[in-house]
Amino acid sequence: MEIISTVVVLVVKSLIFILGMFLAAAYLTLIERKFAGHVQQRPGPLHVGFHGLLQPIADALKVLTKEDLVPNNVDKVLFYLASLMAFVPAIMILAVIPFGDPIKIFGFEIKPYITDINVGLILALAFGSISIYGVIFAGWASNSKYPMIGGLRKAAVLIGYEVALGFAMVGPIMMAGSFSLREIVQAQEGFFGAFIWYQPLAFIVILFAILAETGRTPFDVQEAEAELVSGYNTEYSGMKFGLFPLAEWYIGTFVLSAIAVILFFGGWKGPHIFGAFSPFIWFFLKVFMMFMFFLWVHWTLPRYRVDQITEIAWKVMLPLSLLNIFITAIIIMVKG
Amino acid sequence: MAITGNSGIILTTVEEVLSWSRRNSLWPVSIGLACCAIEMMHTAASRFDTDRLGIIFRGSPRQADVLIVAGTVVNKVAPMLKLIYEQMPDPKWVISMGGCASGGGPFPTYSTLQGVDRIIPVDVYIPGCPPTPQALLWGIIQLQKKIKEKKEGKELKEIPIRVPTESKPIKQI
Repeated sequence: MEIISTVVVLVVKSLIFILGMFLAAAYLTLIERKFAGHVQQRPGPLHVGFHGLLQPIADALKVLTKEDLVPNNVDKVLFYLASLMAFVPAIMILAVIPFGDPIKIFGFEIKPYITDINVGLILALAFGSISIYGVIFAGWASNSKYPMIGGLRKAAVLIGYEVALGFAMVGPIMMAGSFSLREIVQAQEGFFGAFIWYQPLAFIVILFAILAETGRTPFDVQEAEAELVSGYNTEYSGMKFGLFPLAEWYIGTFVLSAIAVILFFGGWKGPHIFGAFSPFIWFFLKVFMMFMFFLWVHWTLPRYRVDQITEIAWKVMLPLSLLNIFITAIIIMVKG
Repeated sequence: MAITGNSGIILTTVEEVLSWSRRNSLWPVSIGLACCAIEMMHTAASRFDTDRLGIIFRGSPRQADVLIVAGTVVNKVAPMLKLIYEQMPDPKWVISMGGCASGGGPFPTYSTLQGVDRIIPVDVYIPGCPPTPQALLWGIIQLQKKIKEKKEGKELKEIPIRVPTESKPIKQI
């Protein structure tokens, strides 16, 4: 009986998480377009609904009902697989992200996370890396010049930032003594307990890595519109195309912002000023601030070349993250 | 497919919603052929801002709905333009921007295509040389009206159907 109830609870929770993420991602596109508009001194979507509020719905319906073109010379299996490979792992990272402490409603204990495993961070990293295969497959399977260049560029960038990202996460893990995201949050007590005060180097490296992983502008070499037509997704149309930006730009950025918030800004912790839902509101406020930071960077900066990105990754970010591990280790040893 | 009454509830609602969504996110291909393209870029930029209407330019024809033929179509570029049109997924529309694309404009010569409607079907013609951003926005709004009217099974009255004519000055080569 207990197994059945556990399964039911897990299924309901997963459905809520996935549907919520879908809706959130749709409206994140509107936020991005509004933000981009105001950065460039124009209003952004304005006439579809009140201040463009129905724009994501119009876009989604149109993209869903477009003709689904599959060019003749593509590798059919990989071509279909690629958009799913990009999308599914990106949304699976949600499984390990805790949104708050367990709360009691009507006598039921509700845990606002799907699972709390002691290798949560490693799992998130693994899913993030699998998600990149979608991009590389899309580039390869399209059998076309520009997508392939985009996919190979992404592969080159991936090798660079993934190492630095892994090493940068070691700092907070050492301080918390656990891979579980929930325990990392619980290790950060109070305003000055947040790891951002102790791990600024790791934070810089992780900002770089998230920008590179989600293909946001200073490092968006895989779909550089000025050079490659539309990058790795040039040959995709309809919803197969729609899944790529949704996965990379919105769900990916959102989920990785959540992980950065958990690692450095104390997750859902904050003063209890919003009543019972205070942890959720603090968590989403912080994640939203991180997301807006990435948007700000995206719509302000020009693009690096791919060789410059790998150079930054290997020559600056990797030594920085190793230095961070070294310093953290010495401080932990001295303080005991 | 003419829908006369409003008897069918579900069908008309679906068509209405789809037509609404299509006319509110018309994504053009970013292809420019001549000076009209400068005005087209201008329309997408800050002052006129097509993103207000939900219009963003896509690089790849596979992800686009509208082909704005902006500029002189010479015979050499005509096959490429036709290829791009054929690469776009249905439903797709074409806006012929400016005098050159609509009918050859000031180039009645052997090397210029006398109107892009000789190779691809055109939905809206925009006059001007080059049309101002306001004129392009007018054309886009005409297209939106046309999509809306087509859903109701009516022809748009404002735009006369252009009868293809012989191109006058082409001399025997």
